[in-house]
Amino acid sequence: MAATEKRSSGKGNEDLVEVRNLVKYFPVTEGVLKRKVGNIRAVDDVSFAIKRGETLGLVGESGCGKTTVSQTMLRLTEPTSGEVLFQGENIFDKNGRDLMEMRRKVQIVFQDPYASLDPRLTIGAAIEEGLIIHKMGNSEERVETVLDMLKLVGLEEYHAGRFPHEFSGGQRQRIGIARALVLSPEFIILDEPVSALDVSIQAQVLNILKELQERLKLTYMFVAHNLAVVEHISDRVAVMYLGRLVEVTTQEELFGRPLHPYTQALLSAIPVPDPTRKRERTILAGDVPSPLNPPSGCRFHPRCPIARLGHCSIEDPQLRELRPGHWVACHYAEDFL
Amino acid sequence: MATRTEAISPETINPSQRSRSLGSLTIRRLFKQRNAIVGLTILTILLLIAVFSPQIAPYDPELVLIGIEDVGKRESPCIHLLGCPEDQPQHIMGIDGNFRDQFSRVIYGTRVSLFIGFSTIGLAVIIGSLIGAVSGYLGGWADNVIMRFMDVILAFPSFLLAIAIITVLGRGLQNALYAIAVVNIPVFARLMRASVLSLKEQEFVAASRALGASPFRLLFARILPNAAPTLIVQATLSIASAILEAAALSFLGLGAQPPTPEWGTMLGSERNQVFTSPHLVFFPGIAIMITVLAFNLLGDGIRDALDPRLAQTTKS
Repeated sequence: MAATEKRSSGKGNEDLVEVRNLVKYFPVTEGVLKRKVGNIRAVDDVSFAIKRGETLGLVGESGCGKTTVSQTMLRLTEPTSGEVLFQGENIFDKNGRDLMEMRRKVQIVFQDPYASLDPRLTIGAAIEEGLIIHKMGNSEERVETVLDMLKLVGLEEYHAGRFPHEFSGGQRQRIGIARALVLSPEFIILDEPVSALDVSIQAQVLNILKELQERLKLTYMFVAHNLAVVEHISDRVAVMYLGRLVEVTTQEELFGRPLHPYTQALLSAIPVPDPTRKRERTILAGDVPSPLNPPSGCRFHPRCPIARLGHCSIEDPQLRELRPGHWVACHYAEDFL
Repeated sequence: MATRTEAISPETINPSQRSRSLGSLTIRRLFKQRNAIVGLTILTILLLIAVFSPQIAPYDPELVLIGIEDVGKRESPCIHLLGCPEDQPQHIMGIDGNFRDQFSRVIYGTRVSLFIGFSTIGLAVIIGSLIGAVSGYLGGWADNVIMRFMDVILAFPSFLLAIAIITVLGRGLQNALYAIAVVNIPVFARLMRASVLSLKEQEFVAASRALGASPFRLLFARILPNAAPTLIVQATLSIASAILEAAALSFLGLGAQPPTPEWGTMLGSERNQVFTSPHLVFFPGIAIMITVLAFNLLGDGIRDALDPRLAQTTKS
């Protein structure tokens, strides 16, 4: 399997990014006086680490806090509490020059290629912006770097003078990738980079991302809700539910032996292109509860097929390592071993 | 502007390959709008008249013709082409109550009115959008304080407020300009604030922030250029109402003082002679109407040209 080869050829087991007990609450206010009536618990005590050179897939339903995690890791929003360590240093302690240095090394590719490019900037200027902000090179060197970046993502030189509205979705997403790459970052957060694209274009963009990762030794965090895409690109996968991590393990383990009932339900929802094969589908009842008032105990218990009364609704399960490198937050995950 | 720091422009990369910015697409669409073309044509003519007033006007607008020509007070128009005797001096809009050539005064009035329109709204746009941008960008209590203050200004009928300001500052054209500018500030502050609020959540702004852009850069290079179209539409329409307000203030004797050739002042000083010498109120009135109409047509045209629903149809 390609994934294991890649990991063994990477720079060992050094953690590039580590998220520790990250919490982000959004206050909910009411009335003219902005009285606080509660918190949206978008991210509630999430911890994980990403090794240098690997791709961590972060999956979950809409509204489970995936995007908030990635925004916080970029310091686009400040967390309520917790730390994000990049190369061993907490990014929330940084300011001034240190923060600029962190911004250079950590980049993001956004979900919507139509909203992530300034309609009034040529794409050359959009890619060049990072170089200007970080005062890298004179104008000729910058133009050269921009043209190199365009070639790197498979676009032509003459595209540099064009405006975003002259490109297709897939091309724009490649422009977004070029913009993220121009500062030669080490870590790139891919916030659902293909979910807004056609299936045929998705494969094209994913292949470019994989190729660039190998060439430039990049570390990715790939946020997605599409499990098929995550299976294709990730080395390890973290599954989120309602602001919590429920399962973290390698790609093979997750897709081969999922241990959390939520993960199992998600996997059973992937369509299989084989009409003769009968699948056992786990269908979840009800909707995702509101993060304003999450269920007591295990947050998944109201929808869980194996939840036991009097235990799951009271005690909050912590992540436990049930198999080597396979962490699950479920009291009864042993049933699936 | 701050955006000009980028070394890459369509020209430097591919001079042969024509690429169209959203701005130039909008201008192309603008020229397909009949409203806009009419407005723009009238406006161009008015601007030419303003620039070449000394060449067009046969007399000095403030020159009293007693002893220079044999003309009567408030004499009717004398146009040679329409049968006025050749031996009488031609005054195509007649003579006003102070023995001055009305045509020359109306021509010179174009200068005053256009100057009023552009200077008041220019000032209002600059101050208003700065207030709005800061307010929207900071948010929180600062935003609340600033916008409530703007609401207070907005709550007054604008004309009444302008009169109140003039009462404090004293009458005169300059003070009238300040008054009209102040009255127009809240509109632009609100508009700019709304644009900033929606634009700062856009992904391309977040992308710039992730690249390490300073708040100053975000505001002036990313947000402001994208907020400009709405401001331009509102500014064009506001110029029309500013000219009207200035004329009204002058009519009441609070703005431009005689002998300044201002249309509103001209109307005001001859208002009692409407029935005996209608030409003295007719021509300045028409002039105000045409100017206001031109700006309104142009403003509507720009708004239509910027409409995103039309953007798809004329895409080249």
